[in-house]
Amino acid sequence: MTPLQACLLISALLFAIGFAGAVTRRHAILVLIGIELMLNAANLNLIAFWRFGPHPEALTGFIFVLFSMAMAGAEAAVGLALIIAIYRHKKTSNLDEVKELKG
Amino acid sequence: MSPFFIITGIVTLLGAAFAMSLRNLVHCVLAMAVAFSGIAALYLQLDAQFVGFAEILVYVGAIAILIVFAILLTRSGKAPEKSVLTSGAWTSVILIPVFFGVLAWAILHSSAVPKDLPPAPVATVKNVGDALMTKFVLPLEIIGLVLTAAMIGAVIIALKEDSQKPKSEDGGQQ
Repeated sequence: MTPLQACLLISALLFAIGFAGAVTRRHAILVLIGIELMLNAANLNLIAFWRFGPHPEALTGFIFVLFSMAMAGAEAAVGLALIIAIYRHKKTSNLDEVKELKG
Repeated sequence: MSPFFIITGIVTLLGAAFAMSLRNLVHCVLAMAVAFSGIAALYLQLDAQFVGFAEILVYVGAIAILIVFAILLTRSGKAPEKSVLTSGAWTSVILIPVFFGVLAWAILHSSAVPKDLPPAPVATVKNVGDALMTKFVLPLEIIGLVLTAAMIGAVIIALKEDSQKPKSEDGGQQ
């Protein structure tokens, strides 16, 4: 197994764990943590392909990860603001009880 | 592949698994911080020092604290008595291993993975700054705009809805 494959396997497992948590847990904040784990798995993929790819001196994967982390920060801020707004509105952060839009 | 790399990977995955499976939310966030520190260590071993330290600053520093604040603001610091899983959670017992199995099979059997190990690239802070200020200056400006918009949006969403009514001045409520 090459180092690239090891990185990809770690990141695939990290993505699977984050995905499992995001779809199974009931609390909205834990769903957000799962999404953050999935984003980090994608970032680890990008860094691994940058490190072991053919043109690392172009720094493309590296810069992509920096921008992706900035987007993750923005996403976490907006997501937590939404969770706080929903809690203030409905006095719950249990996702099974927030189902007004369910058809 | 050094043993330190394997240990870091195992610590990262254990942190992630605990972050997704513990009952108490504060413990979950602590496990998440461990997982993010492990990812930062993986970045350092992949010769991406700047991204590694940025990961510690952004995730272990800012996002973990932000999530702890959100947990305390929504009063969910105690472990719930009821089930922590959604009603349809049993389907993921089948779906997630299948998902990971397909990914792992694709990774281990792909012909696109290069066999030879390239030399370590140089990504000093000077190189990164040069690239950000020349080739990637437009994305840099756009990400600044996005961050400003997200910050304003988050503040507006989290504002009190009935702030114009006089009865909402409940100063005793922390």
